[in-house]
Amino acid sequence: MLPKKVKNRILFLALSILITVILVFFILKTLNNNILYFATPTEINLKEDIDIVKKMRIGGMVKKNSLKTNAEKIQFIITDNENEIIVSYSGTVPNLFVEGKGVVAEGKLRDKRFFIADRILAKHDENYMPPELKKTLEDNAK
Amino acid sequence: MLSNFGISSLLLTLTLSLMIIYYSFLDLRISNQTIRKKIYKLSLFQITLTILSLITLVVAYINSDFSLTNVYENSHTAKPLFYKISGAWGNHEGSLLLWITILVLFSFLFLIYNSNHEKQYRLYTLIFQNFLIVGFLFFLLLTSNPFNSLFPIPTEGLGLNPILQDPALAIHPPLLYVGFVGCSIYFSAAMASLVSGYEGKLFAKSIKTWVRISWCFQTLGIIVGSIWAYYELGWGGFWFWDPVENASLLPWFAISALMHSVIVLEKRDTLYSWVILLCLLTFTLSVMGTFLVRSGILNSVHTFASDPTRGTYILSFLSLMIFSSLIIFYKNYKKNFVQINLQSKEFYILVNNWFMVFFLFTVFIGIIYPIFLDVITQAKISVGPPFYNIIIIPLVVPFLFLMAIGPQSKWIKHRHTNLYKFLLLFLASIVINFLIYFIFGSYSLLSNLIFISSIFLIIHSAIDTYQLVKKKVKFEYPRIISHLGFGLLVFFIGINHHYSIEKDFNLKLGENKKFDKYEIYFETLNMEQHNNYKAIVGSFKLINIKNNSIDFLNPEIRIYSNPETLTYEASIETKLTKDIYLTMSNITRSEYYNIKFQDKPFMIWIWISALIIVLGGSSRILGNKKNEN
Repeated sequence: MLPKKVKNRILFLALSILITVILVFFILKTLNNNILYFATPTEINLKEDIDIVKKMRIGGMVKKNSLKTNAEKIQFIITDNENEIIVSYSGTVPNLFVEGKGVVAEGKLRDKRFFIADRILAKHDENYMPPELKKTLEDNAK
Repeated sequence: MLSNFGISSLLLTLTLSLMIIYYSFLDLRISNQTIRKKIYKLSLFQITLTILSLITLVVAYINSDFSLTNVYENSHTAKPLFYKISGAWGNHEGSLLLWITILVLFSFLFLIYNSNHEKQYRLYTLIFQNFLIVGFLFFLLLTSNPFNSLFPIPTEGLGLNPILQDPALAIHPPLLYVGFVGCSIYFSAAMASLVSGYEGKLFAKSIKTWVRISWCFQTLGIIVGSIWAYYELGWGGFWFWDPVENASLLPWFAISALMHSVIVLEKRDTLYSWVILLCLLTFTLSVMGTFLVRSGILNSVHTFASDPTRGTYILSFLSLMIFSSLIIFYKNYKKNFVQINLQSKEFYILVNNWFMVFFLFTVFIGIIYPIFLDVITQAKISVGPPFYNIIIIPLVVPFLFLMAIGPQSKWIKHRHTNLYKFLLLFLASIVINFLIYFIFGSYSLLSNLIFISSIFLIIHSAIDTYQLVKKKVKFEYPRIISHLGFGLLVFFIGINHHYSIEKDFNLKLGENKKFDKYEIYFETLNMEQHNNYKAIVGSFKLINIKNNSIDFLNPEIRIYSNPETLTYEASIETKLTKDIYLTMSNITRSEYYNIKFQDKPFMIWIWISALIIVLGGSSRILGNKKNEN
């Protein structure tokens, strides 16, 4: 029989390890449910099976002369100079949402050509471009 | 001229740092209790020169001296004087100079204000702090010198990003820097403590004021930053869980934990190693945040033009810092037996620390995971706000309860005698919670729990105050003020979050729209000419159908000329019970304007409660000064 003090300590240690493991598991699981994958129109086009349930981000340029507006929503085309996706959005567009400039839309795909956005990403300044987008555009421009 | 003067004063500062290190090492061998006058003098010179170089840069900005590349890139003659001055630290190079100034300032203040502590400890602190100064000075001189000159001299500058031309953002960097860089002094002190063996209660006494000072500034800096985001970024939110905001939260969690555990070390002389680790962690996280932001790995408004060499330098410096501090820690680590009773104040403080570490860990994972995944698999991901909300908010509930109960307990061993009171308070909170539910009428389990726990903390703090006034114990006030502020903060954020009305729609001039209890009329559109921008101002009439009150709102679209930028200025009608928030943006080739309307209850109280938290912290600093004299 172990002394009471030692027993208490073992119990305490075991309990804290258990709690830590549960918490870490919980964090990672939530993380997994809340990450948003980023894709370009080309990447979506190449995909065999598209996920229309999970939220994601798509990025590219707002195609020139593609913007249409009515009282309810905005529609525009995101292009990466190879493929295009039509984006439908109702809400406020952020600062510097302009045709011919970079944009990131967050939402769900309906099919390979149509995307329903619930957020257009805020761009903090005129030179801002998400790093993931910059790379793709540079690659495509080559 | 200014360029040469700036560079030479920086080089002199560097030389002085090296001299201070050298003379401090010499002085360590002399076994008396006073530090040589010479070191004081060198330190005084050092701080004078650093401040002088900062002033030089500010003067260059005021005079629009475009012979400096830095001024040319970030300023413009047509800019108002106030923003010329703040422009000095609104860029990478200038902010780094500010960073160094604060490093030196704290080094100097620590030297002169801690004269009642052991000589060896003070000297080592000075040595470590000067190593940091040398490290950052090299960084500044090698990769980001604000005094680099330009030839031929341009006649006009490129201008400062307009969204940075804002009073809140002018004071945001200095506040945050005093907070983040102020951590350096107890990083150095912790290292010195390990090396010199000056530990326990005395060590705690020497650092606690510094911890509180930097905590207050950090908190204030974060608040100002989020107020700015609220009215300038046009989203109507004040916290976006943006990676850069999160990076500022990491040191804040660490320092909040430290601020609590340092009390345990002072009063009970335990948890020494833990306090040291927190000291090291806080500054390491501050530097890490800087690295992530400045290297361009995290992209946001805080990212200045990024340059890979800067990232490499900070990363190597950071690794060196972590590596050497861990080596010193393990070499000097003494196993000490921690005996803490489960029902005691120290245990509650330890629990506070667990919570803080948990929050820190969560946010850390949220920042690091996407970077990690990118390196391993090249998959680009981002972590959405729900992640933080799901993980952190439920844990705030027990945290608030413990925050109310904890401080009432006694050191060493505590007996719970007033369970009856807790139960009564708990019931009262539930009743108030249901009153809120009846007034606003919307329901979710989590929001109820948040309300109940925050109301519990608020009432508890109020009763504590009443009892202290009766007993005339002044010492506990700062704690109560801060805890009360936190309770209020969570409470108002909860209300604001759950009962905000948000509506996005497109309107043409002359049109109107009805929604919820509001009717909005788009009345006129005017063009205004300002000194450095043009503004398109819309006039909207908002009628609240329920109580027939009318508000007039004037959101703007501003077109800045240098650099050519478009910004949307929200029109915010602040009242004691709510904020009405309206932004307007134009849509290319269309008569429609994109309108974002928000009704945000008790918005101003979020800022007020956040300021109450800081008030608590700062009153402790001032109160202590009085007690010691």
